Amino acid sequence: MGFFDRLKKGLTRTRETLTAKIGTAVLGYADISDDLLDEIEEILIMADVGVSTTEKLMQEVRKGIKKKEIHTPADLKPFLENKITEILLEGGAGVRMAAVGPTVILIVGVNGAGKTTTIGKLSAFYNYYGKKVMLAAADTFRAAAIDQLEIWGKRTGAEVIKHEEGSDPAAVVFDAVKAAKARGIDILIVDTAGRLQTKTNLMSELEKINRVVGREIPGAPHETLLVLDATTGQNAVSQAKLFTQSAPVTGVVLTKLDGTAKGGVVIGIKSELSIPIKWIGVGEGIEDLRPFSAEEYSKALFDK
Amino acid sequence: MIFEGLSERLQETFKKLRGHGKLTEDDVNEAMRDVRMALLEADVNFKVVKDFVKKVKERAIGQEVLETLTPAQVVIKIVNEELTALMGGTQSKLNISSVPPTIIMMVGLQGAGKTTTAGKLALSLRKQGKHPLLVADDIYRPAAVKQLEVLGKQLDIPVFSMEAGTDAVTIAKESVPYANSHAADVIIIDTAGRLHINEELMQELTSIKSEVKPHEILLVVDAMTGQDAVNVAESFNGSLGLDGIVMTKMDGDARGGAALSVKAVTGCPIKFVGMGEKLEALEPFYPDRMASRILGMGDVLSLIEKAQDVYDIETAQKMEKKLRKDEFTLDDFLDQLQQVRKMGSFEQILGMLPGMGNIKKQLEGVDVDFNGKEIKHIEAIIRSMTPQERADISVINGSRRKRIAAGSGTRVQDVNKIIKQFAEMKKMMKKMKKMQKSPMGLGRFKLPFMH
Repeated sequence: MGFFDRLKKGLTRTRETLTAKIGTAVLGYADISDDLLDEIEEILIMADVGVSTTEKLMQEVRKGIKKKEIHTPADLKPFLENKITEILLEGGAGVRMAAVGPTVILIVGVNGAGKTTTIGKLSAFYNYYGKKVMLAAADTFRAAAIDQLEIWGKRTGAEVIKHEEGSDPAAVVFDAVKAAKARGIDILIVDTAGRLQTKTNLMSELEKINRVVGREIPGAPHETLLVLDATTGQNAVSQAKLFTQSAPVTGVVLTKLDGTAKGGVVIGIKSELSIPIKWIGVGEGIEDLRPFSAEEYSKALFDK
Repeated sequence: MIFEGLSERLQETFKKLRGHGKLTEDDVNEAMRDVRMALLEADVNFKVVKDFVKKVKERAIGQEVLETLTPAQVVIKIVNEELTALMGGTQSKLNISSVPPTIIMMVGLQGAGKTTTAGKLALSLRKQGKHPLLVADDIYRPAAVKQLEVLGKQLDIPVFSMEAGTDAVTIAKESVPYANSHAADVIIIDTAGRLHINEELMQELTSIKSEVKPHEILLVVDAMTGQDAVNVAESFNGSLGLDGIVMTKMDGDARGGAALSVKAVTGCPIKFVGMGEKLEALEPFYPDRMASRILGMGDVLSLIEKAQDVYDIETAQKMEKKLRKDEFTLDDFLDQLQQVRKMGSFEQILGMLPGMGNIKKQLEGVDVDFNGKEIKHIEAIIRSMTPQERADISVINGSRRKRIAAGSGTRVQDVNKIIKQFAEMKKMMKKMKKMQKSPMGLGRFKLPFMH
């Protein structure tokens, strides 16, 4: 099964709760009424599109009605599909790579978002494309995080640079960057400890890691990816904002978009964070993490 | 604005209402829009919000607005009461079996915090004189068993695990005779994280349940969870029959509306909340505090506790006097900045205070960075001043500013900035003093640095 089919399968429930429900809702009304609009609003919010994005979309709908772009309830569905696709397609971005020397990817996020697993999958992805990958075990805080990363390193043929549990993560990163340069590594992926974005001291630790990388390789980290659990609600906005203050986030990795009804969150994140989604994970398999394509996503979402 | 509190928003809505009297249906409808948005933004499930708003509306229409309260306050009071009631009113405890061992099973999605919570729970039970045994039953995630073993070692609590390849049901089953022969009276089974729609893995949990018959099945839920929390809780409850819920990562800035959703759909009490990365950071759940937090009314009680940790009463009283007499100096300013930093970031503290939305906005304008470097600069600048200058900024003229800048290794602009910020700060404190006089303002509690 190709990735598009898996994506489509992963979005089945989202289609049921978002696309199909809108379809059913509009059938129940002869005219466009406040009740119908309320129902549409409800569907959007339930699909985790987010409160402000939903408001934005509903405003568009009301404008569309005024401008006579929407005449009947049946016009609502294609109208919304277009608007949502517009949001998804806005300002796409590729993955930044170093012109010479190792490309450094810094992985950040709150506890339990799926950072280490994401790294395992990223490592597998790059390894598949013939890149030499190295992993830096800079989560020195969580019990057995280093072991977890080492298992992934073994599985995907990547070398792991580590210190002892409890040691200074910036020192691990320093060593890893040196090693990556010396050994001709293509991609260095840095695992960091999960931290809630409101913990000032942990965020300054992240700042330090970011600084160390930048000092050793100008222009690095080339990517700082915020790993976001798709189950997360409105807090995602706060995460994006506060992480960027310590380590400017260049993209989002959206994990655990697997088969549940929360695919709408992609729309909200795209519209509210002003940070592009770069990778999405639609399943637990090692091949289920892929670069995000807005076209594919909207096609899969609307079953086109 | 996402982080704007409901109270400010309601106050805004009711501004146009004049005088007192009964709340009419129109007034209430308007207010309910705000309530609805506040709850949705806190990630409370849409359906739960709908039912809730209906209930509050019924109570609010026709309410007398008493002389001492504004219409907004009346509505907030009702909302707060209903929320607290919905959240379970009182605290509930673990089911401890009269015949040991008591078996506790931790379940939840991946990354919710089951393993860490299992460790925290074991520690808290041991403090109550129990002898817990941790069971490493997550056979899927790489190094999950190791993680629990490391936690066990840190806490000096035994961990039961079996060789790789053993299935989860067998491990759970075998842990019971092991506990009996090792004098453990509570068994905490740490199961693997799983999606509620993964039938095969849900089946595994049901098998574990029928094999060991746990006294307590706890669903671990991340406080940041969005609308999907309801589906998760419903599925887990449907296949397992939950006894309680643990909300984790509550030390962040998530409003935690998921708590309400989960409680509403399962009827299960929330028994604990995870408040930090330290293994002691597991606390009992207080419905009233949670209600305030969801509403963005600030977690005043927690803040007071935090403040009490940091301040000693004597200093606080001294400060209070100074502020009242308007004798607050740059020395005190420095002192306060350092104290405040001990409590967490300034933003975080403001977030815990009710009615602080506006002040927070003003602060953004003032552009004070209360963290790190800036504080060090402020410190250097203030320390380069003479006692006289510190006591009265009006004496600091041009040549003094030059001297202070040279002495602190900063520029004259920096010195100017601090002096300006300090003046702004004093102004703001006067404002806060005024606010305190209004009943919904700060009057109900006293904080040394803002009195």
